[in-house]
Amino acid sequence: INHIVHNGGLYKRPFNEAFEETPMLVAVLTYVGYGVLTLFGYLRDFMRQWKIEKCQNATEREEQKDFVPLYQDFENFYNRNLYMRIRDSWNRPICSVPGAKVDMMERVSHDYNWTFTYTGRVIKDIINMGSYNYLGFAQNTGACQEAAAKVLSQYGAGVCSARQEMGNLDKHEELEKLVARFLGVESAMAYGMGFATNSMNIPALVGKGCLILSDELNHASLVLGARLSGATIRIFKHNNMQSLEKLLKDAIVHGQPRTRRPWKKILILVEGIYSMEGSIVRLPEVIALKKKYKSYLYLDEAHSIGALGPSGRGVVEYFGLNPEDVDVMMGTFTKSFGAAGGYIGGKKELIDYLRTYSHSAAYATSMSPPVVEQIITSVKCIMGEDGTTVGEARVQQLAENTRYFRRRLKEMGFIIYGNEDSPVVPLMLYMPAKIGAFGREMLKRNIGVVVVGFPATPIIESRARFCLSAAHTKEMLDTALKEINEVGDLLQLKYSRRRLVPLLDRPFDETTYEETED
Amino acid sequence: MDVKSTPSYLYWLFCQFELITCSYLMEPWEKVLFYSFNLALALLLLYFTYACLAAQASSALQLLWSFPANPRENALSVVK
Repeated sequence: INHIVHNGGLYKRPFNEAFEETPMLVAVLTYVGYGVLTLFGYLRDFMRQWKIEKCQNATEREEQKDFVPLYQDFENFYNRNLYMRIRDSWNRPICSVPGAKVDMMERVSHDYNWTFTYTGRVIKDIINMGSYNYLGFAQNTGACQEAAAKVLSQYGAGVCSARQEMGNLDKHEELEKLVARFLGVESAMAYGMGFATNSMNIPALVGKGCLILSDELNHASLVLGARLSGATIRIFKHNNMQSLEKLLKDAIVHGQPRTRRPWKKILILVEGIYSMEGSIVRLPEVIALKKKYKSYLYLDEAHSIGALGPSGRGVVEYFGLNPEDVDVMMGTFTKSFGAAGGYIGGKKELIDYLRTYSHSAAYATSMSPPVVEQIITSVKCIMGEDGTTVGEARVQQLAENTRYFRRRLKEMGFIIYGNEDSPVVPLMLYMPAKIGAFGREMLKRNIGVVVVGFPATPIIESRARFCLSAAHTKEMLDTALKEINEVGDLLQLKYSRRRLVPLLDRPFDETTYEETED
Repeated sequence: MDVKSTPSYLYWLFCQFELITCSYLMEPWEKVLFYSFNLALALLLLYFTYACLAAQASSALQLLWSFPANPRENALSVVK
């Protein structure tokens, strides 16, 4: 709230982002909890090695015991001693469409989560706070479903070829023109898998001799694509524009490491909404920096397309910027459109180049026709071209739900990370036992949530992540909030000290250790 | 005060202890091991508090009880 003045009036609306600091007592107690579990982990490993207890996890065969050990690193230790104890909160099988409410198959474990058996019962109408269903297009009724069913009966389900061979359908051409029009770019290309869009196209855009500046908390697909490309990767602190500017200055001044030649290309990789933090990228500042230092910008709008902006066109519209300023606009159809796949939009020369040189176009099977039709129908719905105002209503409903939910949770006293306008709401849990307890207690109260721990988050910052949807009615949100309040009191999760800590915008240098001021 | 010592409140406190020390996640035999270790440590702490500090505590208490009668004279006589 205090820092709009500092960056030259680039923001047309207030940018409210907060990451409340972990209370000291909570951090200490979290380490105590992990310490106790580690000690018991060592005890159990000892018992398993000396055959006092039956070993149920994967180990090497008897003949291989003298070779280099395979399961001795921290990840495997964590997996068999900590993750196994709370494993029943993940991989829960659902048996209906993941809309606002979902049905789940009940399962029990008789040997402490090593094996699961299904009781045969189906838990019905669980309020779904975990699916990426931002605009509520995950439906098995309605216009999208009818159109997809018609296309399924016309084209079938499989394409049986890569895009460059025989897999280029007229539906794909129609989709790409529509997506380009939706985003406001010259041209777009669609791929069958969102993860593969990132990991297969970044290697086509940059190579050896180029520089990639990637945000600290980028998704695994961006990291994989950057590593596969062979370019030099430098990381800047999460959403920290001073850190990014310092890296850009150093890159321009010093050039490549040994030869001091200028970099062939500098590519900045950022995401629209970061799904683990709920933070929104500072796009006006990134674009200003990009123009000043003549580099390129790759924006991954996986979570923000459809979810931000007055008409759902993503983070570029949210800040009121020109889509032509972003060189490569990438996004996925998985989250807001209820389908699967990804797209890349940009200038016509760029997309024509990608059509020839992308690994995904050459080797991966193209998108299935019913999925394409689902995307076409949902994009037309959002744009309002199907003749109704359903799309506009959904976008507004999502924004209202977001504001209401975040405000109520903050009032209750939970620590919530991220931007005020992002539909991804991480609620901090911190202690390992509370991860398992929260998931189980919420399921008992018929609410399905996603809890996240190590290694997706730093080890003490485990959280529960709520994904809001336009399909959630106010009654559902009120029920969910009531239950979260109860569980928060039961498990003592209301850690917030309600101190408004403004984000610091002073120049970043080597003496800056803390991002926030106490 | 009454609300604080009801059985349900004590049970809730015990649940918080379980959650913080992660004994909520342990199997029953691990819980037995952990609680017995904790109890042994707590008893040891209490015993050593009594054994080492009892002498100092009694003289401190004597000093305290002498204050209501005559603040200056009695206090000096004890300290001497």
